[in-house]
Amino acid sequence: MADAKRGDLAQIHKIVLEPDQRPDNLPSCTKSVPYECWIKGFLIDENANVGDEVKITTFIGRELSGILYQVSPIYDHNFGEPQKELVSIGNEVRKQLEKS
Amino acid sequence: MDNSYHAVMSRKKEILKRATGIDYDKFEISPITFDYEGLMNSCEYSLEDVQRILQETGVGNTPLVELKNLTELVRSISLPGRGGRIFIKDEAANPSGSFKDRRAALSIFHAKKLGYKGVVAASSGNYGAAVASQAAKRGLKAIILQEVYDSRKVGQPEILEKTRACEAYGAEVWQLTVGPELFYIMLRVLEETEFFSASLYVPTSVGGIDTLGYELGEQVFQKEGRFPDMAIITHAGGGNVTGTARGLKKAGSHNTIVVGVSVDLQGLHMASDIDFNRKSFTTGHTGFGIPFLTWPDRTDVPRNCARGLRYLDRYLSVTQGEVFYTTELLAKLEGIERGPAGNTSLAAAISLARELDRDQILVVQETEYTAAGKLPSSQLTFAKENGIEVRRGDPKENIPGKVIVIPERVDQIEVEDIDMEKIRHSYIERAMKMTESYVPTQEDIQFLAEDSKTSFDYVRETLESLNIKTANSASRLVRGREA
Repeated sequence: MADAKRGDLAQIHKIVLEPDQRPDNLPSCTKSVPYECWIKGFLIDENANVGDEVKITTFIGRELSGILYQVSPIYDHNFGEPQKELVSIGNEVRKQLEKS
Repeated sequence: MDNSYHAVMSRKKEILKRATGIDYDKFEISPITFDYEGLMNSCEYSLEDVQRILQETGVGNTPLVELKNLTELVRSISLPGRGGRIFIKDEAANPSGSFKDRRAALSIFHAKKLGYKGVVAASSGNYGAAVASQAAKRGLKAIILQEVYDSRKVGQPEILEKTRACEAYGAEVWQLTVGPELFYIMLRVLEETEFFSASLYVPTSVGGIDTLGYELGEQVFQKEGRFPDMAIITHAGGGNVTGTARGLKKAGSHNTIVVGVSVDLQGLHMASDIDFNRKSFTTGHTGFGIPFLTWPDRTDVPRNCARGLRYLDRYLSVTQGEVFYTTELLAKLEGIERGPAGNTSLAAAISLARELDRDQILVVQETEYTAAGKLPSSQLTFAKENGIEVRRGDPKENIPGKVIVIPERVDQIEVEDIDMEKIRHSYIERAMKMTESYVPTQEDIQFLAEDSKTSFDYVRETLESLNIKTANSASRLVRGREA
């Protein structure tokens, strides 16, 4: 079975500029890697697998093409882990206010 | 069409003229001087018009809140009689959660009036979300271009949250890797779509912020019968400083000291793939703040309407750790949980309030919403994953990109003054570098004086110290040939 079918939420990947197409005035660590982008939309192709060249309709209805990168991508940024450097601050300043 | 980097960049002028609806050439007076007020007024919206347009989409009229517990805390560490009153303008109450709605609201209204079908903005921050939100409300399409990932495809949590927000408002989002080619992509997309460039630096974007300074002046006057002594503004590209200062003047507040604050990220390169994820702040930092003061026209339109140096009285830096600590204070003492942008200027306010008398008023002029990715806990988790040391201690031991020191006590929060003399000097020096062989006239000296908030004599002496000859008349000469 294909990874995605027509209408699925899909993310495409594009190389916008290869390193030799990037301007010269960049730090070397930036200049040595390609300039890349990822865009989401709905798959136009009937069926496709990750890595295939595909077309999508973006959220505003534009048609773009690129390499299928992910199907139904999730937002996985989060609230982070509890930070021992932060958790006691509230009580410390409360105590100071009570003293004054 | 040739879409190579250099070919697209060489079409910049025509692309931007069509995409902004502004013929910037009309405002050019010399290679140095342009008609700033003429450009600002070119869209012909009065302050009343702007207020009405913002109200239509629920933007503005945000609450002004006195932070009484925080003020008490500051007084407990101040000399007797000291400890100014700290107020905050709760800009998170805007539709997309930040003051950036003010910037987007007028630009989107204007774009629609001019008949554009959509808008494009390059922003990894709140502005992208604001443009997407306002475009949704006005029925325009929005494309937001964001610098999100390093070459390992590791993204800044705060920016990943902005991708989510923009997509929640229905925008097409381009998530890009690190590089100044964001501008190149913007030009390509503008050319392809014929959409409006909702740049942060067009007159309508800056004009929208005037309402913030105006409201703030009015609200303090109505509550206290006087204008604020200090307005404290998180500074990056200069729009926030410019609009707030202009609005305060329109409200009649001419003596409020305008203070800009940035998080100290000095030493980190903004276009570096490696440094990108060594930052725990994605804006409101010195990496934007300083270059935008010394060269405001470094931006995505021919002339930048956000000109911080014109309006700043003082420019300060605070450390990342001080801002995280302040974020905790605001939540725990005032019951207000907000994102990092406003807390940068709030950290400075804690330090500055100690210098002021008890009856003096400081206003921190923004807050922003907070969410997954934007909390100190997500930022510090990310910092540790990227090899940054995090510990409690004296914030003076902070090293951008290496060590984040969370203060142990509130009296350790101490702003650092950034040398304005040095910034003004490099602004003038940069203006000379950009116009190489051109000989500045008296009119240019006057412009540079206004643009750097100095005097005619100051600029003349600076030019002398740089061995730059000036023309006596307004005639245009070529540097080196005759002066």
